[in-house]
Amino acid sequence: MAGTIGGRTVSSTYAPVRGWLLLPSWAVIGVFLLLPMLLMLVYSFLTKEFRGGVIWEFSLAAYDQFIFDRGLFGDEAPSIEWTYITIFVRSIVQALLATVLCLLIGFPTAYYVATRPARTRALWLFLITIPYWVNLLIRTVSMKFLIRDNGPFNEALLGLGLIDAPFQLVNTNLAVQLGLFYSYLPFMVLPIYASMERYNASLSEAAADLYATRWQILRRVIIPVIKPGIVAGCILVFVPSLGAFLAPDLLGGAKTFMIGSLIEEQFKGNAGNWPFGAAASMILLSMVLVVLMLYARSQAKEL
Amino acid sequence: MQSAKAFDVKHYPGFLGVTVLCLFILYTPLIVVMVYSFNDSLSITRWGGFSLRWYVEVFNGVESAKFKSAAWNSLTIALAAGITSTMIAVAAAIGMVRGGQFAGKSVSFALLSMPIMVPEIVTAVATLVFFSAIGFTLGYGSIVVAHIVFCIPFAYLPIAARLQGIESSFEEAAQDLYASRWQAFRHVLLPIMAPGILSGFLLAFIISLDDFIITNFIKGAGVETLPTAIFGAVRQGIKPNIMALSTLMLLFSIAIVTASYLIGRKGGGSGRGEE
Repeated sequence: MAGTIGGRTVSSTYAPVRGWLLLPSWAVIGVFLLLPMLLMLVYSFLTKEFRGGVIWEFSLAAYDQFIFDRGLFGDEAPSIEWTYITIFVRSIVQALLATVLCLLIGFPTAYYVATRPARTRALWLFLITIPYWVNLLIRTVSMKFLIRDNGPFNEALLGLGLIDAPFQLVNTNLAVQLGLFYSYLPFMVLPIYASMERYNASLSEAAADLYATRWQILRRVIIPVIKPGIVAGCILVFVPSLGAFLAPDLLGGAKTFMIGSLIEEQFKGNAGNWPFGAAASMILLSMVLVVLMLYARSQAKEL
Repeated sequence: MQSAKAFDVKHYPGFLGVTVLCLFILYTPLIVVMVYSFNDSLSITRWGGFSLRWYVEVFNGVESAKFKSAAWNSLTIALAAGITSTMIAVAAAIGMVRGGQFAGKSVSFALLSMPIMVPEIVTAVATLVFFSAIGFTLGYGSIVVAHIVFCIPFAYLPIAARLQGIESSFEEAAQDLYASRWQAFRHVLLPIMAPGILSGFLLAFIISLDDFIITNFIKGAGVETLPTAIFGAVRQGIKPNIMALSTLMLLFSIAIVTASYLIGRKGGGSGRGEE
């Protein structure tokens, strides 16, 4: 938060014109983001118009459709519809897995970079930041090119004689996972690095003087101290992975559908059920809000 | 008693290895595409010698007109959205950081960070639904508006971070010497804030330039930006000219990030990831 914690005095040179200064941002975000979100919430309770759009008639059909199958004309006895539940569960599992993988690679990297001498540290950090700023679409396309059936990855494995036939990765959940992990890895490294950079190494020294082993120091001293950075990194990977569209779309297929693909299909594809897409968006958004609230609560506890 | 420590507490075995692996993972796909964009062979996996033919094709080939108009749209949209969102962000940062304590501060911060917090796909469809509800024609204008909204927090965060590091005594001194609030801003605060503003603008610019998901939903028919043009093209398979185009965009992004990094370092450090 933009804050005044830590004894800093609150500067108020511009307090008299504060309202005018904040107005443009409130107006723009309020009208073009907050209002559209509220409209989506309303749409999720309306009746669908075929081929896109809505009929202004209250209905819970969009939410009902997630859980129940009532047949083509909606008059059969409801049975549990697993299609969408599966998509949501798959999204959560994929996002969690991507978070764990990014943490496994990202934490040691952030630690290593943060403990370098100032000059080399800047270079390491720069190297990690660059892919962060390269277009996500281009990165995902590059990954697809690399792992295609007859792409360089398979050619290399064939060339080395490690496999006899191309290893089919594209269109599998594994490929989508690889894409998510690859897309959001820098998001994990940077916040952990930021925490680690402020870490006081004498804490480690003190622990070592008291006969703690290296791993005890890591587990009992370093990780608790830089926990805010780790949590922030996990959120920055988990949240965009949960709603990812490019990785499942380009690297996956029909069997690797995630929430993002489902929402896209409702507004762009042939299915064209706006209330259903709006409901899916609202469910995704509430999941994100729960994560962010848990985060805010854990941060409040730390202070 | 143990006098000297038996090991270097900073050192963890294997962490260097993981760091190298991390960089290997991050760079391999990009480097592979860069290398193959210089491949002379028509079959995109076999290496047929070094050639610039795909770069020539990007600029002179059948699809070059499409790419050129997409590049023009991308650049002008990113400039318009980058400049507008930076101006909004500068005002907001001064209001938040120099506005004293006020009741709606945390709500205001939540609103400012909303475009980053909401999943991009949700922002995209919400904007689409909203624009069609109010009858706003989808096209160039709708892309610019959506990009301004999306870019605000990316410009705001580095600018606010920079402003927090500047003591208010400078403006106060100027005002004590009878400078108006505007003069104190224009001649004192603005020059000190400039590096933060510039790096905020560059980040907003690159975010707009790179955006695919929001643009894809609200571009309407006929208007393409480079990412949507590339996405449309890779639907039919990854062709070598797309790899050449991707390489060019990649190098452009790297140039901008390097510039932003150098400016940020010169101005006392303000970048993404800090707040």
